[in-house]
Formats: sequence, structure tokens, C-alpha cells
Amino acid sequence: MARYILRRIVYMVITLFIIASVTFFLMKMLPGSPLKAEDKLTEEQKQLVLESYGLNDPVPVQYVRYLGNLLKGDLGISYNFDNTPVSDILIDRLGPSMQLGLYAVLVGTFFGIILGLIAAIFHNGFWDYTSTIIAVLGTSIPSFVFAGLLQYIFAVELGWFPVALWGEPKHMILPIIALAIGPMATAARFVRTEMIEVKGSNYIITAKAKGLSNLERVWKHGFRNALIPLVTVMGPMMINLMTGSMVIEKIFAIPGIGEQFVTSVVVNDYPTIMGTTLIYAFGFILILLVIDLLYGLIDPRIRVTGGGK
Amino acid sequence: MRTKKWSILLVAVLVVSMVLAACGGGKDEGSTKNSSGEDAAKAEEQVLNFINGDYIPSMDPSKVTDEYGFQFVGATMEGLYRLGEDGEIKEGIAKGEPEVSEDGLTWTFKLREDAKWSNGDPVTAHDFVYSWQRAVKPETKSEYGPYMMAGVIKNADEISKGELPVEELGVKAIDDYTLEVQLANPTPYFESLTTFGTFMPLNQKFVEEHGENFATSEATLLFNGPFKLDIKDDNQNITQANEWKLVKNEDYWDADTVQLEEINFVVSKDPQTNVNLYNEGDIDRADLSADLVDQYISHDDYRIVPQASVFYLKMNQERKGEQTPLANKNIRNAINNAIDREALVNVLNNGSIAATGLIPKDFVTVPGGGDFREENGDFAAYDKDTALEAWNKGLEELGVDSIELELLTDDAEGATKTFNENLAHQLETNLPGLKVNIKPVPFKNRLQLDTDQDYELQVAGWGPDYLDPFTFLSLFVTDGGNNKMGYSNAEYDQLISETQTTTDQEQRYQKFLEAEKILLEESGIAPLYQRARSQLHSPKIQGEIINKFGATYEWKWAYVAE
Repeated sequence: MARYILRRIVYMVITLFIIASVTFFLMKMLPGSPLKAEDKLTEEQKQLVLESYGLNDPVPVQYVRYLGNLLKGDLGISYNFDNTPVSDILIDRLGPSMQLGLYAVLVGTFFGIILGLIAAIFHNGFWDYTSTIIAVLGTSIPSFVFAGLLQYIFAVELGWFPVALWGEPKHMILPIIALAIGPMATAARFVRTEMIEVKGSNYIITAKAKGLSNLERVWKHGFRNALIPLVTVMGPMMINLMTGSMVIEKIFAIPGIGEQFVTSVVVNDYPTIMGTTLIYAFGFILILLVIDLLYGLIDPRIRVTGGGK
Repeated sequence: MRTKKWSILLVAVLVVSMVLAACGGGKDEGSTKNSSGEDAAKAEEQVLNFINGDYIPSMDPSKVTDEYGFQFVGATMEGLYRLGEDGEIKEGIAKGEPEVSEDGLTWTFKLREDAKWSNGDPVTAHDFVYSWQRAVKPETKSEYGPYMMAGVIKNADEISKGELPVEELGVKAIDDYTLEVQLANPTPYFESLTTFGTFMPLNQKFVEEHGENFATSEATLLFNGPFKLDIKDDNQNITQANEWKLVKNEDYWDADTVQLEEINFVVSKDPQTNVNLYNEGDIDRADLSADLVDQYISHDDYRIVPQASVFYLKMNQERKGEQTPLANKNIRNAINNAIDREALVNVLNNGSIAATGLIPKDFVTVPGGGDFREENGDFAAYDKDTALEAWNKGLEELGVDSIELELLTDDAEGATKTFNENLAHQLETNLPGLKVNIKPVPFKNRLQLDTDQDYELQVAGWGPDYLDPFTFLSLFVTDGGNNKMGYSNAEYDQLISETQTTTDQEQRYQKFLEAEKILLEESGIAPLYQRARSQLHSPKIQGEIINKFGATYEWKWAYVAE
């Protein structure tokens, strides 16, 4: 097990290195410079500032310098935000995004599982169709539409929640619901499909023969098996949400990382582009590792063993 | 090793952010009430709530380049002068009018002795010398320093290029309260320039004490203006704060005039959300996007705020060393006359007005006359017949019967996109044989293509950096840094150059009027529109000034009405 994890960590580092390199060279192909008053400066003034930032050096030189700093744990200083280390931006902006994403995944999955179970238990009945319709709507309607609707109905019309802004728990409710609808629909679909499949398998029939009730069969024998595919999709889902939903953050004025990700590309803020990409990649790889390890807990058949066995 | 360091760093980042997120709660305590209600119309509570369109990217006066940076530097600091209503020059740290030498090159300012920094130090002439030197010297990596000061203050250009030591800059403290400035050219608008963010004074001791960290957090900022910036966490990086406030600076020399106690800001970018917040009474102003204007145009609080930014069509006469069809004056004139600007501004639907020249309306007044725009008249008439006539003549001169042109634009969405399509359509419809291919690209990409002069038609714009026609008209001198369209006219160049050495304002303006006429009569550019913003604006905000350049809003004289 330890060797397996170690090997995975080595792969992680290699993957991050490749991502950092590819991103760096792609980024350097972006037109324009990170200068903010680019349209006002004369060519000569522009070159002077670029020179002082070391941006006139050949790209390979800049690349080696960047990697060197990265190894020292230095993500650089933002070009867009005066004197702001990229690590500060990540720390400040990741918080709200992660908080929001985490809650959305938890809430979404929880209700998704319930919906899926109901659908499976009442297979082809009224509740099945109802929950399927909800799930289909949740998958097909983008979250920002929900966000707009929720804001209009519950904040503007009913006044139950604040319109937007961040800081207190009450500010989180609408964005969490808006974001949770996607994961909920996904979870419901997976759980339903798997449960229906599991319901027909031999061991469930055996359980039925033993006289276990419908609910017991579903809970004790079916559910755990139905979770496996769900765990697979939950990982990417979680990292997607935790690294920020640009549109939801904009609609509810949440100080998250999502929009910063896009803005940094638009303004050629090289260090921030690199920082956000790397943190995103790191999170993604990490979650994949965790998921792989979780498999073993859920399903003993795919428990990873050391190379010797 | 690598793995370990990385993991530790990133795990730390994750953990810290969780913790930070978890303790993010707790809103500001209730706003302070004051009971100085001597004016009946004035509300008891002098507090305003605004949203800001983005974070503040910088509070370092030498380095600020953007709207929000200038806004908050402007509110918390004060230069030699401040801008009042209609661009009127008001006293700031300088007392009274400056003494100007006969040749217009030496300006001597008397400074007030009661101006203080928020740490108690007096504001002196040395603070200006230090700050201006800092803005110009290459080590600061300032973009606006060299841009604003080169060609204005003596030796600024040379110093910014590292050719002269910074001590050679034409600014000197005669004594603590007398500042002498040597200009490179007589610059009649110099007073208005000193209201601009880049020209704010800086306390050398304070700046050097904080070094790299200067102006990065509330704790490393020093104020001498009407307000102080207040962030909940004194040590938080300013650029990462999404909430902050301006509170009245009691140490400001003219604090008696300042009536607002507190202005709260929070970052919010979505126009629909902002309107909802406005309707809920959470904020006192919300800018409207074009799609929201129709819905709110009859709202009592709807208003249009004209701006001094002008958009025009650049017509590139020489692409990659080769002449384009736009080098032909008739072709350019045809394009200029074929544009129905009224239709275009209807598309924008935000209060923008049709531009009829390069200098915007209500920007500067001709000495002894009226508004510059009115004095010089309309150079952008929509006249299909004239356009067609010029067009056919141009085609004949070029010996072709059709032309294909590329129209470079920003890759905007919504109204701006429709605007570009409408413009292309108008040109194609009114000028038979013309094919316009729209090329929408990201902003940075457009600037690069502009610098490379690699386009044919381009929708471009310019906002002024000081109150003088020079800020617009100097753009198109031969080989100018922002010309980049192969426009060249010796007479125009001569006139613009003369405005730099002429001290008599009346003569100077005559030259500007004439220069604009030359540029537009041969359609060097085709004016499109003068921008405005539409907003919902609470009627309780009184006395607020909207500046034509620099900080957008001036709150020194503002108050909340009952």
C-alpha cells in the first residue's frame, strides 16, 4: 500500500511538471504583454518595463527561471495586482470557492442519492418518473440559470435570502443550491441505474429468499455496490466545483478563484495563470488518488495490494 | 525533495484557505452615527454604500494604471490641486495660483503648512520631489510615470530611459513649503495634471520604511486626502480585499468641508445582481448594461453619465509596408460619410452619443469661445450620396471595382458585438463593391495587431489623461506611438508641435481647432461615438462630482440628503 501511494506521488510530480511546462509555453504564445497601460505607452517605454521584468529574455530562459523559483516554492508576484504574491491570491480566493464547492457537492450528492434510491425502490412507478424528471432537468439546465431564478424568486420577490455578497452563512444558501443541482442530478442518475441493476443480481435474490424486507435489501446489500460508479464521478465533480464556478461567483458576488482564473488569462498575468493552473491540476490529481484509495474501502475486490503479493 | 516541498506548500495553502473560509463570518458593526445635522436637507447618517466593479489592483500612486486605482488614490490622497465641478481647479496642498515664469517653463507653488499625513508628519515640498522622482526612475517599473511626465517635466524622458540620474528631474524643493518645477515644454494644463494620481506626494520615510510592502495593505498606506481607506483586516493585501470603506480623514487640512463619514464598497460584477441589490436598497448606485437599460429607462433614479472617451474607426493606410486602399482620401471620406452614427448609438443603448469629431463634447472650452466640439463643428455627417460619389471616385483612382477590408474589433459580447456587425453592414450597404470582414479578437490581441499595424479598419477608443486637447490630438502625429495607421500630414504635425511651445492659450486653441479640422477633413479617422454610462443612482447622493479624467468620482464635497 505504502509503495503504491509512493509510486502515485512520483507520478503526480511528473504530471505536475508536464502541466507546468505545457502551460508555460502555451501562455507565452498569448498575444500582447502583461503591461496594463499597453495602449498608452510608446514602444520604447514598453520595452523598458518589459526589460525590467525580464520579459524580453528568450522564452527558454524565462522557463528555466520559472521552474527554479517554483522549486523554491515561489509562485511569483502577480503582474495585475501590484506587489501581490500569487500565493496570497490563491489563499484568499480559494477559501470561498472551496467552501462553496464542498457544500454543494455534499448537499447535491446527499439529495441525489435519496432521489436515486426512491427512483430505484419505486422502479417504473410515479416516484421513479418524478425523480427522473427532476434529474433530467438538473442535468440539462445550466447552474447559472438556476442561480438567476433562485436570486429572483427567493431574494428579490420573497426576500428570504440576501440577493448576493459574501460573509455570513445566509449568503451561502442560494449559491449552494444553485451549484448543488448539477451534482444532485448526476448522483441521482447513477444511483438509480446501479440500484436497478443490482436489484436483479443473484445475491439480492438470495437476500429476498432469506426474507429480508425491501428496505433492508436496498440498504444493506444494494446501496454499497451502487456507490462505486458514483465515487468515480464525484472526484472530478468536486474539484470542478471547488476550484470555483465562474458564473455563480459572478452572479452572487463571491470573492472566489473561479473568475480570477479567467481574468488572469485575459490580462496576461503570467504568474497568476501558472499559479491557478497548478493549484487546479494539483487538486485534480490529488482527488483522483483519494478516489482510487476509496475504491478499496468500498469494494474489497479492487483493494490495492503491494507489488509483492 | 521536490515532492515534499510542493506537497507541504500546497497542503498548507489548502488548510489555511479552509480556516480562513471558516472564519469569514461577521459583518461590519453598525455604521457610526453623527448628529451634526446643521443643514436641514442633510441626512443624519452620512453614509453611502457602493459596489465596485472589481478589486483595486494597486494603491501605489506611482504604479496605478486603472480606473479603480485612480479612484481610491484620488479619494485618499491629494496633490497640488483637486478637480472641482466642470474641471475647475481647486486648491489642494498648493495654496493659491502658482507663479509661472515668462517662458512658461518654471512653475513655483506655495504649499499650505497645515496639511498633514495620517501619521502626523507635515506634507512638504520634499514629498512631491521624492514622489515624482520615484514615478519616473526605471527601477520603479512604473508605466504611468514615464507616460505622464515625459515631455512635460524637464528631463523626465531621459531619466526614464536611464540616460540621466534621477536627481536631474526638473522638480525641486526651495524650502519645506515651496516647490519649483521646471517643465520640458510650457504646459498650460499643468495644474490639471497635478490632480492626477501619478502626481500625488509621497512621504519618503514611510515609503522606504515599508520598501516592497509599501501600499500593499492598510497598515502600509499613508493618506493626506479627504478620506482614509479602511479594510477590516489591517494586514490583508489590498488587492485581495473584496470589501473596504472610505472613512473621513479627520487630519485632512480641509476636513470641515468633508461631510461624508463613511462610504462602503463591495466588489460585485454582474449588472443584474447589482440592479437587484439597488432595488433592495443595499447599494446606492448600479451601472446598467444595455439589456437592462430598456427595463429601467423610465425608472425615477435612471440617469446617463456622459464620459470623455471617444471611439473611432482607425483606417490603416499602410499594412506591412504596403499601401492599402485606405491610403486613398476619397475611399476614407466615403467610409466616414457612409456611417449612420445615430443608428449605431441606438444599438449601444447606454446613453452614448454620436461623435462628430475627435475631441469629445463638454471636454474643453475654447478660450473666449464655447465648447471645443461646437466651435469646430461636425466632421462626421451621414450622407449616403456624398459617400457614394467619393467612393466611386476613389475606386476609379485605384482602378478597381471592389474592395475587401478587414475590420479589427474586440471580441465583445452583447451590444458591442451587434454594434460592430451593424457598422460592417452599413458600410457594405452604402458602398457597393465593399466587403467588410469582421475580425473579433481579445483586447490584448487587438493592441498587439495595432502595434504591428497589422489591420485595415479598427474600432478603437481613447480616454483623456488631462484636460487639454493635446491628449487626443497628439495621437496622430507622423510616426506617433499611437498613430499606427500610417497617417501623416506635415501641416498637422507642425500645428501640434507648435501647441507645445505656444504659451498663449487662445493661439494654442486655434492651432488645435485647425489640426482637428485637417485630420478629419481628410478622414484620417472616422469618429464613431462618445461613450456614456447608464445607471440607477440614488437621489440622496448630493454634491458628488464626476470627473472627466483621473478619479471617476469626487466625494470631497458630497453629502447624503434626507
